[in-house]
Amino acid sequence: MTTMKEQKNIQEQFKTRMNEDELLNCMRCGFCLPSCPTYIESGYNEAHSPRGRIALMKAVVDGIIEPDEDVEHSLNLCLGCRACEPVCPSGVKYGHLLEDARDIIHQNKKHSLPARITRKVAFEGLFPYQNRMRAVTNLLGLYQRSGLQSAVRKIGLMNFLPDHLSSMEKVLPSVPKMKEMGNRPVHLKAMGQRKAKVAFFSGCLMDTMFMTTNNATLKLLQIAGCEIHIPEKQACCGALHGHSGEKNQAKEMAKRNIEAFEGINADYIITNAGGCGAFLIDYDHLLKDDPNYCERAVHFKSKLKDLSNILVELNFHEDQNLSLPPQSVTYQDSCHLRNVMNTKHEPRTLLQSINGIRYIEMKDADRCCGSAGIYNIVEAEMSMQILDHKMKTAKQTNAATIVTANPGCLLQMKLGIEREGLSHKMQAVHIADFLLQAVDGKE
Amino acid sequence: MISTKVLQEFQSIVGVENVDDSKAGRLVYSYDATPQFQSMPDAIVAPRTTKEVAELLKVCNAHQIPIVPRGSGTNLCAGTCPSEGGIVLLFKHMNRLLELDHENLTVTVQPGIITLDLINEVEKHGLFYPPDPSSMKISTIGGNVNENSGGLRGLKYGVTRDYVLGLEAVLANGDIIRTGGKLAKDVAGYDLTRLLVGSEGTLAIITEVTLKLIPMPESKKTLLALYEDMDAAAKTVSSIIADKIIPTTLEFLDQPTLKVVEDFVKIGLPTDVKAVLLIEQDGHPDIVARDIENITKICLAERAVSVQAAKSEEEAEALRTARRSALSALARLKPTTILEDATVPRSQIANMVKAINEIAIKHQLNICTFGHAGDGNLHPTVPTDARNSEEMERVELAFAEIFAHAIDLGGTITGEHGVGMMKAPYLEWKLGKEGIAAMKAIKSALDPLNILNPGKIFAKDSRKRVVISK
Ligand SMILES: Cc1cc2nc3c(=O)[nH]c(=O)nc-3n(C[C@H](O)[C@H](O)[C@H](O)COP(=O)(O)OP(=O)(O)OC[C@H]3O[C@@H](n4cnc5c(N)ncnc54)[C@H](O)[C@@H]3O)c2cc1C
Ligand code: SF4
Ligand code: SF4
Repeated sequence: MTTMKEQKNIQEQFKTRMNEDELLNCMRCGFCLPSCPTYIESGYNEAHSPRGRIALMKAVVDGIIEPDEDVEHSLNLCLGCRACEPVCPSGVKYGHLLEDARDIIHQNKKHSLPARITRKVAFEGLFPYQNRMRAVTNLLGLYQRSGLQSAVRKIGLMNFLPDHLSSMEKVLPSVPKMKEMGNRPVHLKAMGQRKAKVAFFSGCLMDTMFMTTNNATLKLLQIAGCEIHIPEKQACCGALHGHSGEKNQAKEMAKRNIEAFEGINADYIITNAGGCGAFLIDYDHLLKDDPNYCERAVHFKSKLKDLSNILVELNFHEDQNLSLPPQSVTYQDSCHLRNVMNTKHEPRTLLQSINGIRYIEMKDADRCCGSAGIYNIVEAEMSMQILDHKMKTAKQTNAATIVTANPGCLLQMKLGIEREGLSHKMQAVHIADFLLQAVDGKE
Repeated sequence: MISTKVLQEFQSIVGVENVDDSKAGRLVYSYDATPQFQSMPDAIVAPRTTKEVAELLKVCNAHQIPIVPRGSGTNLCAGTCPSEGGIVLLFKHMNRLLELDHENLTVTVQPGIITLDLINEVEKHGLFYPPDPSSMKISTIGGNVNENSGGLRGLKYGVTRDYVLGLEAVLANGDIIRTGGKLAKDVAGYDLTRLLVGSEGTLAIITEVTLKLIPMPESKKTLLALYEDMDAAAKTVSSIIADKIIPTTLEFLDQPTLKVVEDFVKIGLPTDVKAVLLIEQDGHPDIVARDIENITKICLAERAVSVQAAKSEEEAEALRTARRSALSALARLKPTTILEDATVPRSQIANMVKAINEIAIKHQLNICTFGHAGDGNLHPTVPTDARNSEEMERVELAFAEIFAHAIDLGGTITGEHGVGMMKAPYLEWKLGKEGIAAMKAIKSALDPLNILNPGKIFAKDSRKRVVISK
């Protein structure tokens, strides 16, 4: 429950902090409605549409309604996929509005004790620290390797968890050993002709749980002719914090990253996770009021590129003779990569240039898979409904492989495959891993 | 306010999950796409069948509760703003395609079906439903029928009205009626179908619609003609029609509109010219080729600086999409976007465009104009800021003059967006006192307690006619 006093504080801050011009920019045309997964999955409920959410935020600012449970529910049920932005002819920056609204609500609300502890551990104690992320991931690795995992599965302990969480446990990748995680080099030479100097954003999940994918990424970059620097001092991108209403934490991380990357003066800063990339590219907005950092953030942003973009730009797909055993492949867009970073053609170009592959476009490939950070845990019901829809269209392609470009989406697609009982004939992979297989020409 | 007892009656008809009286729920149905209109309903009710609609109306009739039927709320005349409270009636559950009749070339649908879903479905079978409001991705057939919506293909194929063959509707007292049908010929009694089309939810609740379909045209060609001055573009429109060519589409965009649209779609639209015409012809390939050739000649003779044909269907679709987004893209310029819908006989397009520009200068406003030039339907649009009350007054004055001028040229105050609340004060200018009285007589015969979308179409006061000083 949000107390009256909390509601009052939230309302006050909505008035002072929400961008009124941006709220007014929404001319309520509804062009965003058909693109919004929660609007569709809720059975066309305006309260779960972008237009409805903007109207609610504006009504709170205007004092027409209080930020009550229903308003909060509407905002919580938003995936933050930002599919509503590229289709908005008025150019409303919905993502920024949502971030601010969530931040205000969370700052002014006393969460229940368990939620408070989880948030504190995750946002303050864990994600900001690469070494702690490693330690936690390592625990998971121990669990997987010690035989405990198979024991737990045998006893059926997982059956006590909600359905999707026990499936989630099954699809988590086997994580690398602590020692491997700690041994990341800081500089790698280009293979063959050096075409560009890049700095690599290694990410927190990507560099622990998905470390092999990061290794693949680095290898691809080297093959494409990149000299790579990996700044040691970099931090988590801050997306989880930013999207969950911990904006100050996110700002701290943004500053650390800007500093870490400034030192290298690379041609490009490369990411291989759509979610991180979209948050990094928004640093200029996040830090717009900070005179010390706002310009540096713009500079940072100007160098940011997704792995797919740089590979296509450096002609990797034409220079390399990519091939794999014959198979059907489809691509699931990472929302943020597509809607915020505007990368949609490049991954498809790369996949289509692999010999042996039959590329099939999935219907509504640009529709969110329902992963959305921790959404699939906190809004499980809606998330699974969205995932079911996604799996229906995925199955229609008859593809053996679903390629993704973001760790969250990757896990979610794996979860979808598991839930559908399709793991014997369908797999989900990150585009970096897939491309590296194609370089070697083996499955 | 609706009492708990009545709410429970609603719940027992449609189920608890289909009645929402939460504050947030009411707020998100308090507006539509019309700027500056907002009012809270008392509850939202979503029936699943015609029978449920009929039962709901009986309850509302007994308690005199206003009913605002709502499709997707994309109308631009405040037609779904619950200005007098009551319930908002949603058709989200009633969105099925009921029958595609290949022998009679008809399709029967529930009102809540999204227009584009219907179009896609019939096109799969090689059939064509021509009305295509720019909002078709979002709007519903129920909304289209009740606003008698038009679109980019209106010039050649007409508007929604021309395709509605039959309706099922629930009257205010709960009676269910059927009008028209699949017959090509039918003169049994008054034409209630036509009466209900465009009635904006004030005469009955539409629960089923039978639409006429036609075969898909065999081919289509798209042109973009660029102009250094607006007059030349407007004259081209008249010349094309005078030459007895009826293109499928003949759309007009002025320079400010072009700029914002390009900013959104980024397809390389020319932004250095003063106006463009988007022209399309469809039909038999030979006839299309001949018409396109003639149209090109006319454009050039009327001083078009360039006439380019779209190279592919993708390019043509990109152009159409660009045109469709014009209105919302204009919202990029200023916080508030006020759009109008004045329509004149197409021979008067050039005069009307000129008048709009003069009115803009007179009131020191920035008016962007685009629209369905081919059918005389223009959308002069003012990017402004509702917080600037001084400017808002000038906007009102300017629009009053634009309407007055349109009527003087033999035109009307709205060509497709409907009257709703927005245009209600001006309706008398077009219809006269007697015309209003006739319409009111129909309204009170069908809805004596005035519970169906009250406050729409008929205003409490009419605006005084402005005298135009030229
Ligand atoms: C960007 C944009 C572009 C547009 N372009 C066009 C265009 O090109 N041409 C055009 O004509 N219009 C256009 N419009 C206006 C609008 O989209 C149309 O009027 C459309 O038909 C409304 O459909 P809707 O489903 O949103 O209906 P709503 O706006 O929800 O309702 C419209 C009217 O119909 C009534 N109604 C709805 N369903 C029922 C029912 N089942 N029974 C009885 N009454 C009902 C409502 O009470 C209301 O009076 C545009 C709007 C926008 C925002
Ligand atoms: S498309 Fe943009 S302007 Fe239109 S309703 Fe959605 S957010 Fe508002
Ligand atoms: S961010 Fe995604 S879920 Fe949220 S309103 Fe936009 S489209 Fe809908």
